[in-house]
Amino acid sequence: MSGRGRGTPYAPHTDAETAAMLDAVGVDDEAALFDIPSDVAFDGAFGIEPRTEREIREECSRIFGRNRDLVEFLGRGHYGHYVPSIVDHLSDRAEFLTSYTQYQPEISQGFLQALFEYQSMLVELTGLPIANCSMYDAATALGEAATLADRVRSTSGDAVLVPEHLREGKREVLANYCAGAGLTIETYPMDDGIADIDALGDRVGDDVVMVYAENPTVRGCIEERLAAIGDLASDVDALFALGSDVVSLSVLERPADVGADVVVGEAGVLGLPTAYGMGLGIFACREEYLRQVPGRLVGASEDARGDRAYTLTLQTREQHIRKERATSNICTNQAWVALRAAIHAATLGPSGLVDLANDCVREAADLADRIDELSGAVAPVHDRHHLREFVVRVDQPAPAIATDLEAAGFAVHVLDDHLLQVCVTDLNAGQVDGLVAAFGEVI
Amino acid sequence: MIHDQAKYTRDGEDVHEPLLAEKGETTVDVTESSPLPDDLTRDELTLPEPSEPEIARHYTRLSQMNWAIDSGPYPLGSCTMKYNPKFTEDVAADPNAAVHPDRSERSVQGTLELQYRLQEFLASIGGMDAVTLQPPAGAAGEFTGILVAKAYHEHHGNDRSEVVIPASAHGTNFATAATAGYDVVELPSGEDGRVDVEALEAAVGDDTAALMLTNPNTVGLFERDIAEIADIVHDAGGLLYYDGANLNALLGRGRPGDMGFDVMHYNVHKTFATPHGGGGPGAGPVGVVDELAEFLPSPQVREGSGGSGYERFEPDHTIGKVHGFTGNWLVLIKTYAYIARLGDEGLADAAAKAVLNANYLAERIDLDVPHGPFHHEFAATAGDRDAADVAKRMLDFGVHPPTTKWPEMVPEAMLTEPTEIENKSSLDDLAAAFNLAYADTDEALDTAPNRTAAGRIDQVGAARNPRLSWQALDEE
Repeated sequence: MSGRGRGTPYAPHTDAETAAMLDAVGVDDEAALFDIPSDVAFDGAFGIEPRTEREIREECSRIFGRNRDLVEFLGRGHYGHYVPSIVDHLSDRAEFLTSYTQYQPEISQGFLQALFEYQSMLVELTGLPIANCSMYDAATALGEAATLADRVRSTSGDAVLVPEHLREGKREVLANYCAGAGLTIETYPMDDGIADIDALGDRVGDDVVMVYAENPTVRGCIEERLAAIGDLASDVDALFALGSDVVSLSVLERPADVGADVVVGEAGVLGLPTAYGMGLGIFACREEYLRQVPGRLVGASEDARGDRAYTLTLQTREQHIRKERATSNICTNQAWVALRAAIHAATLGPSGLVDLANDCVREAADLADRIDELSGAVAPVHDRHHLREFVVRVDQPAPAIATDLEAAGFAVHVLDDHLLQVCVTDLNAGQVDGLVAAFGEVI
Repeated sequence: MIHDQAKYTRDGEDVHEPLLAEKGETTVDVTESSPLPDDLTRDELTLPEPSEPEIARHYTRLSQMNWAIDSGPYPLGSCTMKYNPKFTEDVAADPNAAVHPDRSERSVQGTLELQYRLQEFLASIGGMDAVTLQPPAGAAGEFTGILVAKAYHEHHGNDRSEVVIPASAHGTNFATAATAGYDVVELPSGEDGRVDVEALEAAVGDDTAALMLTNPNTVGLFERDIAEIADIVHDAGGLLYYDGANLNALLGRGRPGDMGFDVMHYNVHKTFATPHGGGGPGAGPVGVVDELAEFLPSPQVREGSGGSGYERFEPDHTIGKVHGFTGNWLVLIKTYAYIARLGDEGLADAAAKAVLNANYLAERIDLDVPHGPFHHEFAATAGDRDAADVAKRMLDFGVHPPTTKWPEMVPEAMLTEPTEIENKSSLDDLAAAFNLAYADTDEALDTAPNRTAAGRIDQVGAARNPRLSWQALDEE
């Protein structure tokens, strides 16, 4: 297995085969096949030493071993839930993992059906009839929602309204998509952790193309007046885009019932481990935007035998056909992550999904109560219902407390000088006693 | 070779594998169980609730109805479908790698170190000075690179409105430029299939922000005039963007940075063998020359001073973020493992064998290849046959067909890229599949494929009557 120093171990050619092939092509060596002028040629010295498989596993294990072993009470857009073993075992089947985009549907029915089922699960969760088969993550999906709003709304203006409590990184991604479309981002204020509906009402007008809200918010608060936000948006013919995730959607108000035109957010809360921010973007919308949807769609059709069959469809929206007039530049997406999320959702079933989401509500409330009992801390800061996470006000400087908690083995978010944020899911719920004890020590 | 794909039938009827929903759904009353007030919850949730054995069987059957690189040849041109080394999966699954992106710098020194090492690998391979790992796919890398170019021009007070793109480029290039707010100037291909230098001179000017170029181009030809092309673009004040889709052909023999490119993306699922996962996830790191490094997305990773470990930093004039967090990190771990496995010699050998394989295969097929000398891929023409029909017939012969009807400069194109992973006998099988299909009767071509889980699928019907969910099927 070493293969070391002998070229790539993943080219199967024997020397005799290589010689026969060179002979068939009519050259003496492979170098003769390269048509690269000498003034731009490279001598091949990258300075990268080849290693054996075992050496690389040991090297990477050693490097990752330098990460501290902390219990993470972290969220703010990236959440860990337990991923059942079956998700790895089925999604790692090489027929799924090592396949390409389904450009020849007749020989790719398996993956197409899995993606069709994923789309169907999102249709149920959102109540919207159209869901694509993935975007990169919640932030890029939000960016795509804004460009869709720009295309479908006839309003004269260019304002995209976003909540004051929004991840800075998500806002930056949105800004990068908005800039090309000539859209500008404006913030509307929060009222104790959720949208300030009066202030939003004062702001909306003919110059607004999209109103964005999140449920739960990035601070874990559950929005209480989503339908009113939807009405404000539709009154001025602006798109109402709602951000959420597939666990929260299992119990929170159905986006279709509150007037959402587009749902974006994270489906990677299922199927993915805590993955340094890797995600799976949701994009679902109303029927009338079907031909403006970004990304790939799987549809049902019939084959020549008259049987149901699946295929990528409505591809005239996409960049490989429509070029600069495409609805998006996306090509490679997160299909395999969507497969994993679908397997995870099937494993939980609706009962498991609802239980998981309900636990995220109860555990957040319980933990907030326990922290609130400590002197020097108030939790939750916002007098709202929460899912997974909440904000804590501390009398002592928050950064110092977070540093002390880290020394005790726990990671939490610092929001500002006296605000921390704590996220609890099934993964760390068993460690809350330790966190509360550590909190008591350090505040 | 003949290949019969798995299919499940009952009483002679094709049933394939039923949808999960067709096996049964459960409705859960949410208001009853939720600790939240009723006005903040949905009423109910209806989804399939299969048992674990049923799930295992369902997805295993679906997998049997899916072609993959581990099944056999997958020579999609411009897609670089290589074998994905298994051990890279295990490296990426290291439990210590599963950390939250908001962790403090000091608590994720290992992850930062691997990010830094991969940045260095990629910079060396591309001949670039700085690399961001954040873009989550090739097209996202293009978007990042063009945003960096735009920020560079704006920083220097230049208002430039156009991006020049050869007609033969990937569709993503055009869509990316438009998404970034640029007008696209399409450059017709020269008669030899390469960039027409005179046409380029006429196309670039004060409005040119960048030329986006794929090299070798999408029919496998190296742009021999690249030094002159770079001078033309730079003299006009524009930047030269390298689309990394075909980097596999150049490994160890040419670097975009040495050719005058200022900014590039890498397609890690192509060049560095990370699995494509049926459509993604990929990753599209972007490399730039020094002058552009201050505009890269935030955060970047560098070595701290005085042995203090690794640190995140915000480039002075960053474009901000292009992904909510740090991109598709699990994919990037596999990228690192692949590059480290091959090293200098392995990377150069991958390119050499990829180019040899393409040339050998082209020699063995009966179809004409109008443009050459090509490198890792070639565009054969099906002539008076329909390339899409020839491809459908190939599906019956134990291979995946090439990319069809693109690029448009070759009529009835069959863009073929076998990569370095096929040996002589599998290339001979692939050539036989080409030749049998190409010479087959009109009727055989019209009715193919016959041995796949599904027969020829009605694409027009799918688009005319879109049914995109099992709920839509229920409505019928």
